[in-house]
Amino acid sequence: MFTACFRTLKVSNKYGLLARYESTLVIAEHNNEMVLPITCNALSAAKKIGGDVTVLVAGNKCEKVAETVSKANGVSKVLVAENDAFKGFLPEALTPLIIATQNQHKFTHILAGATAFGKALLPRVAAKLDVSPVSDIIGIKTADTFVRTIYAGNAIQTLKCKDNVKVISVRGTAFEAVPLEGGSAKCEPAPSGEYKSSLVEFIKQELSKSDRPELTSAKIVVSGGRGMKSGENFKLLYSLADKLNAAVGASRAAVDAGFVPNDLQVGQTGKIVAPDLYIAVGISGAIQHLAGMKDSKTIVAINKDPEAPIFQVADYGLVADLFKAVPELTEKL
Amino acid sequence: MARVLVGVKRVIDYAVKIRVKPDKTGVTTDGVKHSMNPFDEIAIEEAVRMKEKKLVQEIIAVSCGPTQAQDTIRTALAMGADKGIHVEISGAEYETLQPIHVSKILAKLAQEEKADLVIVGKQAIDDDCNQTAQMIGGYLDWPTGTFCSKVENNNGELTITREIDGGLEVIKMKMPAVLSTDLRLNEPRYATLPNIMKAKKKPIKKMTPKDLGVDFAARIEILSVEEPPARKGGVILPDIDTLIGKLKEAGHV
Repeated sequence: MFTACFRTLKVSNKYGLLARYESTLVIAEHNNEMVLPITCNALSAAKKIGGDVTVLVAGNKCEKVAETVSKANGVSKVLVAENDAFKGFLPEALTPLIIATQNQHKFTHILAGATAFGKALLPRVAAKLDVSPVSDIIGIKTADTFVRTIYAGNAIQTLKCKDNVKVISVRGTAFEAVPLEGGSAKCEPAPSGEYKSSLVEFIKQELSKSDRPELTSAKIVVSGGRGMKSGENFKLLYSLADKLNAAVGASRAAVDAGFVPNDLQVGQTGKIVAPDLYIAVGISGAIQHLAGMKDSKTIVAINKDPEAPIFQVADYGLVADLFKAVPELTEKL
Repeated sequence: MARVLVGVKRVIDYAVKIRVKPDKTGVTTDGVKHSMNPFDEIAIEEAVRMKEKKLVQEIIAVSCGPTQAQDTIRTALAMGADKGIHVEISGAEYETLQPIHVSKILAKLAQEEKADLVIVGKQAIDDDCNQTAQMIGGYLDWPTGTFCSKVENNNGELTITREIDGGLEVIKMKMPAVLSTDLRLNEPRYATLPNIMKAKKKPIKKMTPKDLGVDFAARIEILSVEEPPARKGGVILPDIDTLIGKLKEAGHV
């Protein structure tokens, strides 16, 4: 069965060879209410590849999202798949939909943002197409040549993808967002089918609520590390962040110590951010943390240890006790 | 009781500052400290804990790579895995080895070994791909719980808490299944000396990709590997007022 399934997939791949123009499918990430900003970054990457851009909106409530996406600049078509099967956006349900869409339209590229959603979904799609996916790209040289980081951002790899269908996740911070205006794409239904998975069931989400800007798209990020000593002390950073209209992030040490929830983690295995201003407070600057923030435009480090590696990447460093410096900074701003 | 297959990868140790080769073909690996991918230690630990709870009967540790991958398998055996499988791949083939190849091998082995559960780390810290678990799930048509921070097993039904962007998510799935571990799933144990000695007696089966009928054709061509642009040196400021001055100057506040 295993090999049989490979064989059929290889046949479908051959059609890719006949395609003269690039055509890209972008899988929209949304929450049934609004389209998430990462989708606009993925659209920008799709435009760079060239050719037609189609967006797939799948969920259990799609109307509003599809309407918003259809106005995005450069989108030629929006495919809509509204079905209760897509509750929780499970890859087991979405993959057969994407494969059915691919069989019908023969895209050369399938893209999504490199978020928890995109990372969980795209490799499963790639396996079904028997192609090697490319993760978290930061650059597009040509339609088959991409740039990505390896070793926690300490090396930059340029690779040529030999597969006929390129399945790619896009690092949001590396591509500017396409505006959700100026376009007027047609909305069409995506191929229908029985997509409900009997193997897995979505139970619930527990999302951290915050009035502050979202971490990956914030202009300013204030992050705390082990030096904060307790979750209670993070209040100092929240006050500073509120003054600056900044998002709050954390190092792995702060998350592991239970100071803050894991979705605030910035780094190789957490979120990648590249704000205009990143203020690292009580963070030593381990390789794994730097991987998530060293593309920030300006980096400020506040640490009492003058030897901390964070000072090697900081534009402005302050060797000081954070418990004095942070309140003073908040006060004076 | 379940049989578990765990994928482990030998990577450059997480604490090493890597060096890009001057000819831009890759990074220097000769003479550099290697160890088990941190996420894979968590995968082994989770399997061993399931065995300790009598939910699992046998743990098979698999690694694909050159001869030295056996050291990584030995570490897994010392942590509590029962037997190892080494799929030997070296030289040029190893250079272009991708998750697509590894996931096909693991999917094939999962079938051959009649595994009910495959656990791998969410990503290897060298290629940072984050693909293997998802692809194994795709090949086997098994449900896949990615980025797990909690796994509860009730008679073959798994309740999984996943780390997602906005917080946490809970899903339920039936076995057979594939899981990928996030950092907060557990704290891996250290292998004790007696267990390291015992691990030397545990069997490691050696195989080649050919034995499994997996096609190793390169799916990518690496055009170059380069140093990231270096940040220009910064300055240490004497006080908060100077810092605020600098931030105002740059238009940040």
